[in-house]
Amino acid sequence: MKLKANIATSENGFIFNPATGDSFISNPIAAEILALMKTGEDEQGIKRKILDQYEVEGHQLDRDWDDYMFQLKEANLLDL
Amino acid sequence: MKQKYERPTIRKMNSGLMNKFGSRTDLDPVKEIDGISVKNLVSDYGSPVFVLSEKQIRRNYQSAVRSFKTRYPKVQFAWSYKTNYLNAVCKIFHQEGSWAEVVSGFEYHKALNNGVLGNQIIFNGPDKKEADLILAIEKHSLIHIDHFDELYQLIRISERINKKAKVAIRVNFDTGVYPAWDRFGFNYENGQAWTAISKIIAAEKIDLVGLHCHIGTFMLSTSAYAVAAKKLCDLALRCKNEHQNSIQYLDLGGGFPSTNTLKGAYLPGVDTVPGIEEFAEAITTTILESGFSSDELPLLILESGRVLIDDAGYLIGSVIANKRLSDGRRATIMDFGMNVLFTSNWYNHKVTVAQDAGQYTEETVLFGPLCMNIDVIRESINLPLLETGDHVIVHKVGAYNMTQWMQFINMRPAVVLIDQHGKSHLIRKQETLEYLEMMEQLPDYLK
Repeated sequence: MKLKANIATSENGFIFNPATGDSFISNPIAAEILALMKTGEDEQGIKRKILDQYEVEGHQLDRDWDDYMFQLKEANLLDL
Repeated sequence: MKQKYERPTIRKMNSGLMNKFGSRTDLDPVKEIDGISVKNLVSDYGSPVFVLSEKQIRRNYQSAVRSFKTRYPKVQFAWSYKTNYLNAVCKIFHQEGSWAEVVSGFEYHKALNNGVLGNQIIFNGPDKKEADLILAIEKHSLIHIDHFDELYQLIRISERINKKAKVAIRVNFDTGVYPAWDRFGFNYENGQAWTAISKIIAAEKIDLVGLHCHIGTFMLSTSAYAVAAKKLCDLALRCKNEHQNSIQYLDLGGGFPSTNTLKGAYLPGVDTVPGIEEFAEAITTTILESGFSSDELPLLILESGRVLIDDAGYLIGSVIANKRLSDGRRATIMDFGMNVLFTSNWYNHKVTVAQDAGQYTEETVLFGPLCMNIDVIRESINLPLLETGDHVIVHKVGAYNMTQWMQFINMRPAVVLIDQHGKSHLIRKQETLEYLEMMEQLPDYLK
């Protein structure tokens, strides 16, 4: 799962797609995952960091990850 | 120490089509009801659970009575049993001085069992069984006649048992609000009501003591009540002038709205619904100006239900699961549905979370737990991110839900009353399979 190259993101969670003009806001953890995706970190690496940093079980993160990727896909932000 | 987790989510920003009134999303958690934590209520009584605030019930009642009594000298409230006939609730209203307004035989017996004197029970409705009518006559209850068949039946019964019935007729009329509730009672404009009055006065064993109307439910127009009061007053004065029969009371019924938001309403109920004092002003001013001398002003009876209890009722529930629908919308399945929240058919109920939550919200469809496609609590609501097991509170559910609820797929939940000192009391147990099957019988050949 890679973010489209032209997607602009800010530290505080603002997302802008210049191709469509759509903008989005995200909560802090969603913004953090986006930032890690932009650095080229893979899924396993990102999940490890989230598990180290937050009070969350692996199975819950797995479920939420799938849902988050679905949201990004629906928002036309992923390079499929 | 690790940070608090919240599932990742994004929300598309829309520009241009904002609600100019800017109604806000209720983000603040409501963690307790009358001083008792939601967590404790769930651990003691299960989830879902209805919670009623005695303090709020009494506050509502006293405020409504004050609104009328400061404007009119003779006022009596009669608690509408069908709105919520749990005995604990009825007893609170009776303690406050309310009579009982019932619409069926079993409600009539409930009122008697709750210690209400027979002459303080108003018996309404189109379906009164003969045995109930006989009992109501013997107890000197106020019988409100709905149709001519009932009138003739009452004449026959009272002659047979040789006892006088105290009656009123229910009158329907055009108050400028549509649809008019002309299925109940006798019509004013076409002369039916006057015909009924004349027949009652001609009958030896029936005393016409009152006139009754009930123009609708969740009425948002105070002027409709002024029209209704004027027409009832005209009938009462005509009754006195032409038949020398003084009408002792006018019963304006109920129908005053709570501050719930009706489906399809552009603005929230709290901003649009008239206060009870506005209804009181419209009704009492009309009666005072209608031509009664001060010593013959009739008693004003009100049969309010919803406005006195809706905001004293809460439904606590829990999240069963989250899922995403085919069109990308978030959906949350709750452990309560339209089986226990009948009023979700009419209202966009206010729902708040019961634990700390982040400031981010998402648009969600709230589904109930039933295996039925129609089981939707809110078609769209902005809520903080909910997780399985989180609790929510549905507000203003005190009216009709605890009488119109269904035992369907799930059992009906417990009902808890929080008294004026902040102590909780179980006033109706959660139903069990044993209770459900109590009325069933199995034919021998199927055993």
